[in-house]
Amino acid sequence: MKNNFSIIILSAFFQVLGIFFITFMILHLLPGDPVQVMLGESAAIADQEKLRVELGLDQPIYKQMINSFVQVMQGDFGNSILTRTPIKERLISAMQNTYMLAIFALFIALFFGIIGGIFSAKYKDTILDKIITNLSLFFISIPHFFLGPLLMLFLSIWLGWLPVSGMDSPFSIVLPAFTLALGMLAIVIKMTRNCMIEIMNSDAVRTARAKGMTEWAITIHYVFRLVLIPLITIIGMQFGSLLSGAVITETLFSWNGLGMLLVNSIQMRDYPITQACIFVIAISYVFVNLVTEIFYKLVDPRMRDG
Amino acid sequence: MDLDQILSEPNFLSWFGRDDYGRDIFYRLIDGFLNSFEIILFVTIISSVTGVVIGIFSGYFGGRLDQCVRYVTTLFMSFPGILLAIAFAAILTPGKFNLVLALSIGGWVGYARLARAQTVLVKNLEFVKASESMGSSHTWIITQHIFPSLLTPLIVEATYAVAGLIIAEASLSFLGLGLQAPEASWGGMMRDSVRFLLISPHYAIFVGLSIMSLVYCVNFFGDYLHRKWDIKNEG
Repeated sequence: MKNNFSIIILSAFFQVLGIFFITFMILHLLPGDPVQVMLGESAAIADQEKLRVELGLDQPIYKQMINSFVQVMQGDFGNSILTRTPIKERLISAMQNTYMLAIFALFIALFFGIIGGIFSAKYKDTILDKIITNLSLFFISIPHFFLGPLLMLFLSIWLGWLPVSGMDSPFSIVLPAFTLALGMLAIVIKMTRNCMIEIMNSDAVRTARAKGMTEWAITIHYVFRLVLIPLITIIGMQFGSLLSGAVITETLFSWNGLGMLLVNSIQMRDYPITQACIFVIAISYVFVNLVTEIFYKLVDPRMRDG
Repeated sequence: MDLDQILSEPNFLSWFGRDDYGRDIFYRLIDGFLNSFEIILFVTIISSVTGVVIGIFSGYFGGRLDQCVRYVTTLFMSFPGILLAIAFAAILTPGKFNLVLALSIGGWVGYARLARAQTVLVKNLEFVKASESMGSSHTWIITQHIFPSLLTPLIVEATYAVAGLIIAEASLSFLGLGLQAPEASWGGMMRDSVRFLLISPHYAIFVGLSIMSLVYCVNFFGDYLHRKWDIKNEG
């Protein structure tokens, strides 16, 4: 079993190396001279040379790669070209905001998704079930950049319940979090429903019924606990789409997270920040996947020797 | 440019109303659709051909090559969603060709994984073994046995991928990384419309509804094919 975990961790490490390599290459794939692209062609030669030395572009490429890998591992992402301040501070505050948003969205999706799924399965083929399944189909096909404005329009502009955008009030998180959560909510509902229906027809549940347990006691004790295992996989897989959805949602709601930092840095041609953001987002995804995979093996004994 | 018509609400002459330059939103949407169609068609062709070729070779011959392909595909999949496309759209100059390139870079991975899984499955079936023992060449087995078995799951995968691509392309344009201003694109229109959300919500609603219904239809078509051909989820 120990062996098994070390393989997972090792492969995650190789993934991190690969991600580093791809993000590193971004600056070098820029058409033309990266320094000229960032500063503009009219920039003074002295400034260009200064930036070139600062970014380490005057050194051979393998040396650049090793240096920047060592720096990144120490949490140093260099300086922003525009403001000349270290990227690290901005990155950390952006990370906090994005994780806060993503975790809030995750809770919304799980809470409403599990409840919706349980009801939908318990009252299978009734009107309630049809409403829930159709609503979730609607949620899954609505893109973030349309759901966001729609929620803004209804809840903020027409009803005036929530702030439109920004991060000033504690309720600001509600709209972006719901925008982000609904797609995942639909998946959680669908999965909970299908899984529950399957388990409700199993022998164990029939035995429990024969013993005279009440329906709700069976739901909580038997069915729900078994549904939790596939849910963990869903969380791991969907966390990536939460992170990539955050790019759109944050831009839309002016939420100062990784996504907005990324988009702004691209517009400002501040490529070191772009690199740092992409690296951090991809690493978080790999990390979440690693954690869920380990957790999965711990929870489900069958998976341990797999 | 018609100043009286700017952001005018839907009426009989212009069904979806007009945008901030007084253009008819309906016709603008059609222009945008044609642009998206062109981009998505090329992305699908490029990524499916590359993905399937890589997938079949990796699954059929196995060994080092297979390990390599598996590593690269997991690596590409560790960039969630459109992140990879954003990264490449960021460094390339905006335009149709570069947009196709940026979307294809992440697009082939899904096809490659599917083709690989299916190839490994079919390779070990009796009829392929029989054909092999009768002395068929690799080319014959791949083109006559493996590729045909791949075709139906591939088409279903492509349908779902197209639905994803519509959103991905619109997302890139929404972020300002896709097609640029005078060219019509659904994402770009969405981006413009959000600025006028307060004064003319019809703009955002019609653009959003169009994107959504198209994605819904494509997904629905995918589900239909999925059921019709009874495909099990592999790979």
